[in-house]
Amino acid sequence: MDITFENVSYIYQQHSPFAHKAIDQLSFHIPSGTFVAIVGHTGSGKSTLIQHLNGLVQPTAGKVKIGDFELTAEKKPKHLKQLRSKVGVVFQYPEHQLFEETVAKDISFGPKNFGVGDSEIQRRVTEALQAVGLSADYVERSPFDLSGGQMRRVAIAGVLATKPNVLVLDEPTAGLDPRGQKEMMEMFYERHRSEQLTTILVTHSMEDAVTYADHVIILNKGSKYMEGKPEEVFVQKEALQQVQLDVPEMVAFINRWNEKFHTKLPFTKQSERELATAITAVLKGGKSHE
Amino acid sequence: MSSNEKLVEFRNVSFRYGAEQPWVLKNCSFEIDREEWVAIIGHNGSGKSTIAKLMNGLLFPQEGEIYVAGKKVQEDTIWDVRKDVGMVFQNPDNQFVGTTVQDDVAFGMENRGFPREEMLQRLDDVLHAVGMVDYRLTEPHRLSGGQKQRIAIASVLAVSPKVLILDEATAMLDPRGRRDIMQTVAHLQANKDVSLLTITHDLQEIVQADRVIVMNEGQVWDESHPRELFSKQDDLLAIGLDVPFIASLAKALKQTGIPITKEPLNHEELLEELWTLHSRT
Ligand SMILES: Nc1ncnc2c1ncn2[C@@H]1O[C@H](COP(=O)(O)OP(=O)(O)OP(=O)(O)O)[C@@H](O)[C@H]1O
Ligand SMILES: Nc1ncnc2c1ncn2[C@@H]1O[C@H](COP(=O)(O)OP(=O)(O)OP(=O)(O)O)[C@@H](O)[C@H]1O
Ligand SMILES: [Mg+2]
Ligand SMILES: [Mg+2]
Repeated sequence: MDITFENVSYIYQQHSPFAHKAIDQLSFHIPSGTFVAIVGHTGSGKSTLIQHLNGLVQPTAGKVKIGDFELTAEKKPKHLKQLRSKVGVVFQYPEHQLFEETVAKDISFGPKNFGVGDSEIQRRVTEALQAVGLSADYVERSPFDLSGGQMRRVAIAGVLATKPNVLVLDEPTAGLDPRGQKEMMEMFYERHRSEQLTTILVTHSMEDAVTYADHVIILNKGSKYMEGKPEEVFVQKEALQQVQLDVPEMVAFINRWNEKFHTKLPFTKQSERELATAITAVLKGGKSHE
Repeated sequence: MSSNEKLVEFRNVSFRYGAEQPWVLKNCSFEIDREEWVAIIGHNGSGKSTIAKLMNGLLFPQEGEIYVAGKKVQEDTIWDVRKDVGMVFQNPDNQFVGTTVQDDVAFGMENRGFPREEMLQRLDDVLHAVGMVDYRLTEPHRLSGGQKQRIAIASVLAVSPKVLILDEATAMLDPRGRRDIMQTVAHLQANKDVSLLTITHDLQEIVQADRVIVMNEGQVWDESHPRELFSKQDDLLAIGLDVPFIASLAKALKQTGIPITKEPLNHEELLEELWTLHSRT
């Protein structure tokens, strides 16, 4: 589903002394099937932005379009439930979306709510647990008696089980161990491609943004600061540092290497192995591989 | 050695959440010295947060003993123990008590009977330290994810505990914010005779620790200096962990025939070593 923001602003506690503008005249367009990363400093408005995508909040001004659904200050989308069956959101803190007494019930809640049949739900629960790296032993456990990373996995499984067209992920790998982070991102990416999803990833990992996203939007104080291809955006060190961000570690290393060794190795989203080969070529006196 | 030198001591600790449930910690022993910074890493469910909760008496072990600042942690000592241990939980929502940010940060100080003057001064200091002075009157639940973590950290810094435990306390911060906060914490630890325990999945964060404890399936799997640890990349991968970018690059370089001898902890160290090799050829 195409997603469009047209001059969207969002103010928390409007008409009160505490009014706070979290989104400020934001416009962008995400064509269906894109993998987008949204990056920005603490409090820049990322979580507020994504809450518009399933109608959890309505813009204070401007218009949000998700496929055929429209949200404006005046207009709640008519079929909110239908919108939510198409847009799955993994929230920043997993506890906020866990509430049932067992893991199985928790993962079943979404599909059940959207009218999926029992046997299909069973199948989806099994499949979702596997996708997030939890064994079948977890079904009868209480989601509140789990470790932080295990809760995160259950919360993600619950969203996967609704089989959304648009997958919205708010820092989905926070709290996962290194292998879990990698496997989870690979799993999202695989689904994104095989099920032709539109995926929106909020992340503080420039590495993940570069590796998986087609397009990146950088927020600063509720406004769009930059957007473009990750490999073009994430090499702009000065511009990023102005909004408290940084280049990915690989880019930082290549920059320092180039300065010290007077070479011009470019950043091409290469692997560590490929970078090592290029460095070795320089050290061994051969010509650099560019 | 008397147990006074060590601020925290786990002696053969085993723990399970219920008689019917599996052991979550199995015969764990380790120590944390005064003024030491120890990091704990380990796969999801390996027992890290359980260790933290045992340390301030939120849970008690079925087997073994735990000592904090010379006191054995048990029912009748927990109030004393909790005065010495400051803890930031994995989810900050679980620890907010005040209706505004400033009430929340002041709460711990009030509890410990800090004089009013000092309290106001400290409130100011810690809110500055975490970059949240503009949010004094905000309700904690109205903060962004990263802002909540900043306030949770400010609240424990305010009471100057002897042992400071941060359980994935910076997971929601942007990379710069994370670095700044860790610098603030490290600075405080170095100056104030504080033992620091950080539980984290951020490999970059453990580089500065004096020692790293690696948990695996409820057991202490390894205890070493980060430099030593990062040379065990394959073993770490096998238990769901990894090494930071710079260690991984160093390994790739070795595999392509560059004789790197010192496991690098940061960019400078690796570049220096490459430079030395370069000038020799
Ligand atoms: N419920 C709320 N009421 C009032 N203000 C809020 C509320 N939630 C967030 N804000 C404010 O709106 C701004 C944007 O918050 P948001 O949660 O969207 O940020 P974020 O980019 O997701 O940050 P983080 O990376 O820390 O999660 C922040 O300044 C925050 O304090
Ligand atoms: N309240 C509880 N009741 C029963 N079991 C629990 C409870 N809390 C945790 N556990 C279990 O104990 C084990 C250790 O949990 P713990 O929270 O200590 O892990 P952790 O190392 O902190 O993991 P993470 O990296 O995911 O935060 C896990 O398998 C978990 O499922
Ligand atoms: Mg957020
Ligand atoms: Mg934990």
